Amino acid sequence: MTDPSPASSVNGPRSHARGSPWPPLATGPASAASAVLSHPEHAPTAPLSIHDLTVAYHRKPVVWDVEYEAPAGKLIAIVGPNGAGKSTLLKACLGLVPVVSGQAWFFGRPFREVRGRVAYVPQRTSVDWDFPVSALDVVTMGLYRQIGWFRPVTRKYREQAREALARVGLADFAARQISQLSGGQQQRVFLARALVQKADLYLMDEPFAGVDAATEQAILSLLRSLRDTGRTAVVVHHDLETVRDYFDEVLLLNVRLVASGPVSQVFTATNLRQTYGGKLAILDQVGERMAEGV
Amino acid sequence: MGSLELAGAALGADAAAGPSLADRLYRLATFQDYNTWAPLATTAVLGATAGVVGVFLVLRGRALVGDVVGHAALPGIGLAFLLLELAAPGTGRSTPALLAGALLTGLAGAGCTLLIDRYSRAKADAALAIVLSLFYGGGIVLLSIAQRLETGSQAGLKDYLSGKSASLVASDAVLSVVLGAVVIGATLLLFKEWTLLCFDDAFAAAQGYPVVGLDALLIGLSAVVAVLGMQSVGLVLVVALLIIPPAAARFWTDDVHVMAAGAGLIGALSGALGVAVSSLAPRIATGPTIVLFAAAMFGVSLLLGHRRGLLWRRRATHRSWDVPVEQRP
Repeated sequence: MTDPSPASSVNGPRSHARGSPWPPLATGPASAASAVLSHPEHAPTAPLSIHDLTVAYHRKPVVWDVEYEAPAGKLIAIVGPNGAGKSTLLKACLGLVPVVSGQAWFFGRPFREVRGRVAYVPQRTSVDWDFPVSALDVVTMGLYRQIGWFRPVTRKYREQAREALARVGLADFAARQISQLSGGQQQRVFLARALVQKADLYLMDEPFAGVDAATEQAILSLLRSLRDTGRTAVVVHHDLETVRDYFDEVLLLNVRLVASGPVSQVFTATNLRQTYGGKLAILDQVGERMAEGV
Repeated sequence: MGSLELAGAALGADAAAGPSLADRLYRLATFQDYNTWAPLATTAVLGATAGVVGVFLVLRGRALVGDVVGHAALPGIGLAFLLLELAAPGTGRSTPALLAGALLTGLAGAGCTLLIDRYSRAKADAALAIVLSLFYGGGIVLLSIAQRLETGSQAGLKDYLSGKSASLVASDAVLSVVLGAVVIGATLLLFKEWTLLCFDDAFAAAQGYPVVGLDALLIGLSAVVAVLGMQSVGLVLVVALLIIPPAAARFWTDDVHVMAAGAGLIGALSGALGVAVSSLAPRIATGPTIVLFAAAMFGVSLLLGHRRGLLWRRRATHRSWDVPVEQRP
């Protein structure tokens, strides 16, 4: 908090000036947090802090100059229209896509030093569910690092994976080939694979996309139990209607960071219109509801 | 005339010149014939190895990389031969040198494909087609230069195109057993890492696995198999041994371990059967026969495989309707 100006940050990636250093609509609290995170040493325990992150595909920017610090013990939604760079932001933080500039810190350190504390749940549609493995096999993959190179999966690890499957309500489906699962069940298998890692931070790409109501509730209660034990989850989310009910914090993204902070302050009709360009009719409904205080 | 001899005549076997078909069958079955068991062992080991490592090539969606490696191996043969002839005329036909050259350009071809795919706007299939035809064309040119040399040792270079298992000797069998053991051993050691790579490479990368390295190793070991296979199956058809057995095995199981074992078995059987047939009927080329056996097993698997064979699919569809609505796939 001592230095509110990010432009003066020490190894300032911002020194190559390109336009406004601030996201256009950042609200008060978020701005203050951003100022702190220009100096990671000030917030060493923040589960995730993103600095000045810019990503481009074929020279077209898809994430532009994002600055954000995730508070610990919260459920955080990343919300924005298609092509807003939500998934890319997660992947860039994890080093899965090359960044043009900026970096992400996890618990105050580079990702490679704290991989064990971070669990990633890719989009369900990113893999081939016809693959010849069982639900249990997929969950066990979350333990491969722990098991180590070249070593076979022993019973001890299979038991851990079984417990994780039970936590997502799929205890009876362990031996099921993954193509024999419903979309919601597949999503829960992915979650179980993240759970076995016993991480402190969960990065989830659209876990609620295309799932049945039972799965939605299962995922939600799982997220809440993670939060209740001090874990943090950053979740790419597409359903504006449920943001208020499900999440504590929200990050509104449309290539640039439009706003970020507690849902009650940031998830406003104005900010949403800014994010979505005022195109969606649903925005007005959501805005009206919020005005009514529902 | 016995029915066996009739069959022999139908196969085009030269019954009058050599021993009778029944006699040859007997010698084959009792492993009496050195000229048969060396090719048989070499090719069976090759088939098993190709099947096992091919599982991951197929699951990674890199089936055609095997084809590129095979075709790209040709200029390596030509180059190695010409270099040896330049250094010391008459020494060109040294099998280890030719195989090493083949491996080098085969890997170079695979590398070019991946680079074009990654760093240019050309799509993966275009990159494959470009590299495959470029290297193969280059190889044919080099071979025709080699043909003009008057050392006589260039004879038989063309055997690498479609394979000639009859020329395989004990040292080839030893080489294929050693390399086969290395490749299968590496596959078993890396089984879970490769499974993860093939299923979800983004997750593997997030876990800290060197995805590029694992990929390179998979392609490298496939290239070793492809080069080994040139002698018996020929480099044009070697991709079949890498791809058909895994594809066939997939119809029988939903478990990647079983799939690997099945692919190894199907590969070994195809290799052995192909060599057996062409030793009984020497006019039939070995490589294509092996491929035909593999393809036949694929056809049977496609129809009858109890996991996803066509005949079982109807029943599977019915079964899925017994599942409660919210659990349906």
